[in-house]
Parts: sequence; C-alpha cells; structure tokens
Amino acid sequence: MSQIRMRALAGVVGLGLALSACATTTGTGSAGSTGSSAPGTAGPAGANPNATLVVGITTDPNSLNPWKATQFQAVNVLETMYNSLTQFDKDLKVVPSLAESWTTAADGKTVTVKLRQGVTFADGSALDAADVKFSLDKIKDPATAAVAAASLASVTTVTVKDPATVELTLSGPDAALASNLASLNLSILPSEATDATYATAPNGTGPFQFVSRVPNQSVSVKRNDAYWGDKAKAAKLEFRVIPEESAIVSAVQSGNVHIASLKDPLVAKTASASNVTIVKTPQLNYHVLQLNATKGALTDVNVRLAIQCGIDRKQVLDTAALGEGEVTGPNTSPAYKSDPNARPCPTRDVAKAKDYLAKSGKTNVVVKTIVSQGEYATSVNEAQNVQAQLKDVGISLELEVMESGAYVKKWVAADFEAAIALNGGRPDPDGAYSRYFISTGNLNKVAGYSSPALDQLFAQGKATTDYTARKEIYKKVDAELENKAVWVWLFTGYGYTATAKGVSGFEPNPTGSFRSLAATGVS
Amino acid sequence: MRFLQHPGVARLVTSLATLAGVAVLVFVMLRAIPGDQITANLGTEAAALTPEQLAALEAYYGIDQPLVVQFFTWLGQVFQGNLGFSSRAQLPVWDLIAMTAPVTLELALLSIVIALAVGVPIGMLAASGRDKARDLVGQAIALVGLSIPAFLLATVLLTSSSTAWQFNPNGLGYAAPWVDLGLNLQQMLMPALTLGLGIAAPIIRTTRTAVLDIRGLDFIRTAKAKGVGPQLLQRRHILRNALVPIVTMTGLQFGYLLGGAVVVEQVFSLPGIGRQVLIGIQQKEYAVVQSTVLIIAVAFVLVNLVTDAVYRLVDPRVRAA
Repeated sequence: MSQIRMRALAGVVGLGLALSACATTTGTGSAGSTGSSAPGTAGPAGANPNATLVVGITTDPNSLNPWKATQFQAVNVLETMYNSLTQFDKDLKVVPSLAESWTTAADGKTVTVKLRQGVTFADGSALDAADVKFSLDKIKDPATAAVAAASLASVTTVTVKDPATVELTLSGPDAALASNLASLNLSILPSEATDATYATAPNGTGPFQFVSRVPNQSVSVKRNDAYWGDKAKAAKLEFRVIPEESAIVSAVQSGNVHIASLKDPLVAKTASASNVTIVKTPQLNYHVLQLNATKGALTDVNVRLAIQCGIDRKQVLDTAALGEGEVTGPNTSPAYKSDPNARPCPTRDVAKAKDYLAKSGKTNVVVKTIVSQGEYATSVNEAQNVQAQLKDVGISLELEVMESGAYVKKWVAADFEAAIALNGGRPDPDGAYSRYFISTGNLNKVAGYSSPALDQLFAQGKATTDYTARKEIYKKVDAELENKAVWVWLFTGYGYTATAKGVSGFEPNPTGSFRSLAATGVS
Repeated sequence: MRFLQHPGVARLVTSLATLAGVAVLVFVMLRAIPGDQITANLGTEAAALTPEQLAALEAYYGIDQPLVVQFFTWLGQVFQGNLGFSSRAQLPVWDLIAMTAPVTLELALLSIVIALAVGVPIGMLAASGRDKARDLVGQAIALVGLSIPAFLLATVLLTSSSTAWQFNPNGLGYAAPWVDLGLNLQQMLMPALTLGLGIAAPIIRTTRTAVLDIRGLDFIRTAKAKGVGPQLLQRRHILRNALVPIVTMTGLQFGYLLGGAVVVEQVFSLPGIGRQVLIGIQQKEYAVVQSTVLIIAVAFVLVNLVTDAVYRLVDPRVRAA
C-alpha cells in the first residue's frame, strides 16, 4: 500500500491520479496545510470584509438538495455551502477537500480515506466518518434518486474504520473515482439530515452558510467563520434572480450586481462597457451533432462518415456562435484534450463525403434531427448551418425544432436519428463518456453506439492509474469514436463572467463552478 | 325557479362554469406539454435514472397516479382551501400567490392610471378636431403605442437608463411598498410606463371614437343651443356619455394585466404572478400553475363583475334596465 499525500498530487499533471497505487510518492507537503491548495487563495486587494457581494443569476435554484441539483444555478448556489471529499483546482486537478488524503490498496479494490479534522457543519456539529458513510450510502440508495448514484457504481461498501477514517470497498479498480467524488452531487451531509432538512435548510461544511431564500427573488448566504479553509472574503453573498441575461448586464453596468456568469455569446459581446469587465473561459461543455447509429440510414458507418466529412465545424462555430469557441474532439478537459485534427476529415471535404455516401449505396438520405429551442442560444443556428452544409453532400437533415421540454423527452427516450446537443463535459474522460459508450452505460441508449472495442478500452482506462498510460488509452477511445463517426463533435464555447468595478479575486473555471466566490471580494 | 332568471344568478352560473372550464383546460393543456417535473428538473440527466430512481421520483411528485385521480385530488384540495405545494420553492402555493399577487396588482393599477392619464386626454383632443393635425398626431401616437412590442420598449428603457445614467432600480432586488415605498415606486416606474403606454393606445382609439359618436348626437346640439359652455359640454355631456366604452376597454385591459405581464415582469425582474406561472410551466409544477391560473381566472371574473357595476354608476340607462 502506498501513501500519497494530496499536497503532492496537486502538483502532478493529470486527473484521477489520486487513486494511483503505484505512482511514486513525490513531495512532502503537510496534509494539514492542503486547505491552501483550494482555488482562489490569493487575497483580493482592497476588499471590504463587511461587504455583501451580489451575484446575478437567471433563475433561482430548483432544488436546495445537493444530491439532486443539476440545474446550473442550483449547483452554483450550493457550491458555496457544501463540500465533497475531493475538489478540483482551477486547472481541474483533483485536490483534497473533506478528504485530507487517501490511499489505494495494491489491487485497487480498497480505498482508505483520511478525513480532514476540525471540520464542522453550519449547525456546529463536527464532521466524522459516520457522516461520510451516511452520505455515500444514501446517494447509492435508489429511493434517494440521487443524480450521481452511478458515480459510486464501483463502490460496494463504505465502512467506518474510526471517526476520522472511512474505507471504500470497490468491485474493481476505479481510476475515475477521485475525480467523480469532487462533484457537488456527492456532497457530504450530516448523518442527521432528512429529506425535509436538506430541501429547506442547507447545512454543509462550505465557506458560506445558508441565511434565507425568497422564491424567485434571492438566496442569501453568510460567511462561515468556522470554515476549515481560507475564510470567505465577503461577509455575505446575495444570489439575486434577474431572469434576462441582458437585464443582468444592465444591473452590472449600473453597479447593482457585482458578478454574474453569462452564457449567450451575443449578450456577452454587447456587455463590454467601461465599468464592466468580461472574462471568457473555455468550457468543458461541448456542442455536438449526436448520431443515433441504431436508427435508419445512420446504422451505416459510411453515411455517418459522409456526415462527418460534410461539415465544416469552424463554419458552424462562426455562424452560430459568432466564432466564440474552439473546434473540438470528444474530450474537452485540459488533461485529456482530444486533437481536433485527428479525425477522418479534419477539414470539410465534400468530395470525400460524397465518396462515403456512394460507398454506402444509399441515395436520398434523410436524417430526422431534433433541436431544442430556448435551452441555449445557439442551437437553432447550429442546426440550420449543419443542414445547409450537408445539403451539398446530398444528405437532407429534417429539423424538428421544439421547446426544450419536448426535446428532453425525445432525447431521454432516444427517440431521434440525430440531435443537436450541448452536453456537459467532465474533467475525467471516464466520467464524461463511459456512461454513454460502454454497452452497460446508463446513457448508452441515448448514445446509440457501443462496441466491444470501446467496452474494452473504457475498462482499461478505469483500471489504469498511470496518467501517461491512461492518456494513451483515451486517445484510442477518441480514435474509435472519430473513425466510426459515432457522433460529430463540433465545438466548445466560452463561459463569460461579467464583473463590476471593485470586484476582485474571482477565478472562472472551465466547469462553470462558482467555488471561487469564497475568494472574491468587493471594495 | 324564477330566481334563476335573475340576471345576477345567471351571471354567477356563467362565472362558475367559466372557472370550471378554466380548471379543466389548464389541467389538460399542462399535461399536453411534453415532459414532466422530473425531466424539467434534471433535463437530459433524467435519461441516466434507473427505473427504481424514476419510480421514487414519480411517487415524490405525485405523477404516478392516473390523470383523473390527479385532477380530482387537486380540485378536492382546492375546495378545502389547499392550493397545493411547490416542491421547488418548498412553500404552499397560497404563500407564493400572497408574495406575487400584490406585485402584479400594484403594477396593473399603476399601468392603468398611466394609460388613462395619457389615453383619455389625447383621445379627447384628437376627437375635438377630426382630421386636423391634433387628430393625426393623436392617432399616430396610438399607432406607435400599439406597434412597439413591450419587450422591445422594456429592454430599450432598461438598457439606456442603466448605461446612460446608471439608473437601474430593478437591479437592486425587489422591494415591497411596505418595506421601501420610494424604491418600490422607482422599480415600478419603467415597467408601468412600458405597460401603460401600450394600453394607452387602445384607450386613445376608444375615447376618440366614442367622443366622435357622442358629438354627432342630437342632445349635444340641443345642449349647445341651450348655451352650455364648451368646458362643461366636454366634461358633463360628452365625456360622461363616452365613458361606457372607455370603462369596458379599461376593465378588459386591467383583467389581462392581472394575469401578469409576463414579458415586462421578466425583463424588469419583478416577482409577479405572471412570472410565477411561467416558472411553474417551465418547471412543470402542475399544482402551482393550475392553482395560480385558477386564482387569476377568479380575479378576471371579479373584475368583469366590477366593470358591470361601474356601468351602472356611470350610465343611468343601464341602471334602469
């Protein structure tokens, strides 16, 4: 068994290494000081410690239960109040949070987690191993309907060794576990928590504590003076609901709102003013044309390749999203980024596309494509551009533009041949894609493709802890996905952070996380 | 059974029938929208739920019951004064309505005041010189008021006032009138102007037409012949008689406003009843939408009844009938 201090890991390039059983132990930083490796430790100059920082959000959280929150705004609000066992730093490396360190047995099937000491919940009770066991067991329980239950699929039992130590028994090695554990959806709650308490009165270990919520108007939190890490710079945060992004921009311009994240590139482009700073950050989320290889003409790999070769991704990006983003391959996380040129047609090649189509022997190919309207700004424009481009190849995209509820219903039921989608990316490639592309994955039906080769590669990736070896495996996954034209990955967009004058210390993150609000101050 | 022929009773029966119709219609329409609270909450992540998780969530939201059971459970609770519970806000729907209805009511009243203050004088002025310059100007104002969409006017007002003067009280978070009346009125200013100018347009037109109609009637000529001065003629003889269509139009517009001016509430971040319904629909919170729409329908019916009563006040002929 080899012990790895997490401070050392923070310096290792790569994600999910934390469970490495064979990596050499480098560095010796004191585990007790790991709090300083949390994001945003630089103190903002001139920040008023008594200030209330106002954060603009477009809708109030649809849930205050961190195990069920998937809505972007809910995640942002809850991140200020809860911690998980691990977390990501600004470079998306896994660093300790409530787990001070962890060790993995040589066979990779047992993980011993040492908990940080002196951590208290907002109600004053101390964090101990029983809370961790309670939380993880509860998340695994189907009756809880926790959204991240599948992230713990490899964890068979959680055992309390002593108040400061938990042992996770795994069904097999899981190199993605440390990264998965960082999700807000795996937050640690006190073992006394009940459905009623966590739905109305958040009680976490985060840098802020819940104060109040006025539905559809605001959520207020205050600094947690007993927080285990660096204390929050602002005395209070007010998440203020302003439904329209353009109205949020107006509020930042007039100085009534200090900080907000914007999604619409058009709004962000018009937002720049003398007293507003807009920072753009590449996002992990990716825009994609999902093909369902179990339906219609798309069962033929040549048709799918024809589609892939017939699309100029840069053109889609430029027309639909004002060029605000980067052309991407499957993996969008910095440590495992796919090479967008490693694909059958890195640039549009209509002749080659027509060749593929001829090879398939199919004519009059019609692909029914679902498009969501209103969920994100660029969807319809992307669809129309892709449609126009594929017309040149002789493939007709029949667009079904629908309200997001209708779209989600069809998507969830895999009732489509193709879908214009904006899918959430994850720092770890296993977390991002195994659920889609292994034959037993809970989203495999929606992905519409699986193969023994992919099953094998994902199994290898999960069992491999060495970063370089792992990276090679996911390169092969990329190649498999691209060469079989499983989906057509288009581009990743930017997230925008608008800040008013006097705001300092905020570090935007490719996951869109607001964790660094704790390090943000206002003068 | 003669009491059934009383106009008041007939009115009551049609009102109740309307409400019953609204209840059924909203229930059915909501279910016709694809998706449910689970997909609304989780989005595409709902695809990752296991059957056990899905069953647990359906039971939690009460959507595992047959539709008929869902409908009568809801209606039965409404009759007991329970409008349901919002799992999203973790509050009873009554509490949500108590928070949002006053906002909408205030906005509606202010908008109507602005609309009347602008609409009636311009309409009368236009009518006083048919086809003259003031008439054309009056009609042009009405046309502009009708043509500018509220979302555009609202966005332009908000953007220009925040960039030019850093004036954006709506960015401060809603203040109820009993908390901070000054701020509250500032926050109501731009939304009430947006709505008021939009409603002023039909009022200008209605006033102009009504005044022109009345001016051509015999009794006006008689009054003039009797030597009634122009001021008194306008006020007592013309305007009073023209009031019926103006009251009708105002009542109608006010009724619509009570349903919440969704777009304006959205742009100016006013937590009104329209936004409550919108968010309810987006999140597929069936009880919230059904109960709120029912309450709005009740308000609409009441406004119509009040409008009828006002007719009697302004027009003795209605009273006599």
